[in-house]
Amino acid sequence: MTRIDAKFAALNAAGKKAFLAYVMAGDPDYATSMEIVKGLPGAGVDIIELGIPFTDPMADGPTIQLAGQRALAAGQTLQKTLDMATEFRKHDNGTPIVMMGYYNPIYSRGVDKFVTDAKAAGIDGLIIVDLPPEEDEELCIPAQRAGLNFIRLATPTTDDARLPKVLTNTSGFVYYVSITGITGAADAEAGDVGPEVARIKAAIDLPVVVGFGIKTPERSETIARVADGAVVGSAIVARIGAGDSVTDVLEFVKSLADGAHRA
Amino acid sequence: MAEDLINSFLSGPDENGRFGKFGGRFVSETLMPLILDLEAEFEKAKTDQSFWDEMDYLWKHYVGRPSPLYFAERLTERLGGARVYFKRDELNHTGAHKINNVLGQIILARRMGKSRIIAETGAGQHGVATATVCAKFGLKCIVYMGAHDVRRQAPNVFRMRLLGAEVIPVTSGRGTLKDAMNDALRDWVTNVRDTFYCIGTVAGPHPYPAMVRDFQSIIGKEAKQQMAEAEGRLPDTVIAAIGGGSNAMGLFYPFLDDKSVRVIGVEAGGKGVDDRMEHCASLTGGRPGVLHGNRTYLLQDDDGQILEGFSISAGLDYPGIGPEHSWLHETGRAEYVSITDVEALEAFQLCCETEGIIPALEPSHALAHVMKIAPCLPADHIICMNMCGRGDKDVQTVAKHLGFDMSDTEGRDAG
Ligand SMILES: Cc1ncc(COP(=O)(O)O)c(C=O)c1O
Repeated sequence: MTRIDAKFAALNAAGKKAFLAYVMAGDPDYATSMEIVKGLPGAGVDIIELGIPFTDPMADGPTIQLAGQRALAAGQTLQKTLDMATEFRKHDNGTPIVMMGYYNPIYSRGVDKFVTDAKAAGIDGLIIVDLPPEEDEELCIPAQRAGLNFIRLATPTTDDARLPKVLTNTSGFVYYVSITGITGAADAEAGDVGPEVARIKAAIDLPVVVGFGIKTPERSETIARVADGAVVGSAIVARIGAGDSVTDVLEFVKSLADGAHRA
Repeated sequence: MAEDLINSFLSGPDENGRFGKFGGRFVSETLMPLILDLEAEFEKAKTDQSFWDEMDYLWKHYVGRPSPLYFAERLTERLGGARVYFKRDELNHTGAHKINNVLGQIILARRMGKSRIIAETGAGQHGVATATVCAKFGLKCIVYMGAHDVRRQAPNVFRMRLLGAEVIPVTSGRGTLKDAMNDALRDWVTNVRDTFYCIGTVAGPHPYPAMVRDFQSIIGKEAKQQMAEAEGRLPDTVIAAIGGGSNAMGLFYPFLDDKSVRVIGVEAGGKGVDDRMEHCASLTGGRPGVLHGNRTYLLQDDDGQILEGFSISAGLDYPGIGPEHSWLHETGRAEYVSITDVEALEAFQLCCETEGIIPALEPSHALAHVMKIAPCLPADHIICMNMCGRGDKDVQTVAKHLGFDMSDTEGRDAG
């Protein structure tokens, strides 16, 4: 059982929904980012999504683009992002960490080396935006072989004919992208999301979390009610970008987590 | 994979969009169904005579094809070696080869019932071609253009606006062609139902590299036939400039299985291909990576972060190259060289003086390499170079580099 499986099993037993928080590794700098990440479990975060900075984040809106640029300008590298996980694991061996980003930095490091290093650093899963099932041989298969979960995104354009293909080789959980669009864009409507989550759950026995467009505790709650969990990224990253203190950022995260946990 | 182990260079890509290990479909799940739809539609169109009838009609009456194959006599004399021919795609409507491909994609978009067209552009030539064809068909057109390019290609920005397109200056990243492509992809992810993304070069996810190549191949098909009429044989060398690589693929493709034909792609060497990385020579100065939906040679740092290119020519300023070129490079079927800004400027001037043709800065790179090799080749060696664009758009840039003050009505040299 991976940390991700264990986390969902525990939440399930407690009758609770999951709250997942995305932050960009190294934003605005290594030390501040490390402090925020260490504080996330205490703020109620069940699973951490750690963004890998990339110069060309094609699926991200301005908020996360700028976060990546801040991190890169401050000297963040893939190695340092792995180092953050290693450091985190010294204090917390239960909270799952999922790395989220784009393929090129991983490909550049070398896939075999990366999956070995990620596993050793205590990473539990990967969400790689530009690797659809058509490219599973690249990283998905090697990652699963190394014991990492490979979490797939399902979207409103993933129709019934395509869904099985998307769910094959998926593990850990499924991430439903609630809008057609980039991160930080329009609000997700719980009314549209519920049936989509049900459609995915009918096709696979894995938790389904929903993200993109969730910005407030209220939304976090209504979305979590119709899914197994809610993910918030841009709204948190925007606070970091605005220069909020670590305490303020974590307080905001707590309000979002409380929302999801009320569901 | 050595060159002599490959039966044909015309069979790629495979069903996964791969040319060897290059190419592929590295896009987000939201876009995946869209590119599968596009692929299906393109496969249908390929064997549909009515599609090609429409293309042929418009190529002839709207674009002005076939473009001439022209023997550059004075240039040949000046260089004192090989016979140099220009394939004159700069005479096309809108002034470059870009429209060959745009017509094909817009006809596809119409067949798919898409009403909103988006495009990225660097020099503005692809943007102008897209705006033009959209105006002709009454389609909504949105062009993403790096803020930096908006400044250096101002006449093309105005042209696009005259043609009814909305030009969106891109400030994300550093505001160049790759960022324009990122923002176009972001638009597409957001507007999945009504929007068709018209990519301007042989890059992007499958099927774009193959599709754009197929539309641009009209260049090489015509050149082959015209050369047979002019010289009664194949050329010995075909040569073209490379940004993303569409005009080059268009010229090269019909010659790839003619093993006697030497194939040369010319990348933009900017200030020189060295570790300062002030160039856009992805093959001669980069390494394989994944960007904009495909695996190919890229300019990137040790951590896989993409670097900005640098070139005097906005149309060559792209840190990647079409995946089929990466494959032709690794198999050895084509050679890739680079030319600096300074060399391209010299070629630009020589072409004006000896042939009365003002070339775009992009083909000036190809011409600069012709200037290097032609003098060392025998008089019966035939070179066919793609004159893929005219230089009107570049006159201001060239004036600046040559120290000519365009605002001085006396026309004196500045400084
Ligand atoms: C005249 C001309 N040539 C070449 C290029 C480079 O594109 P490609 O390599 O796809 O032909 C451009 C791009 O804007 C162009 O305008």
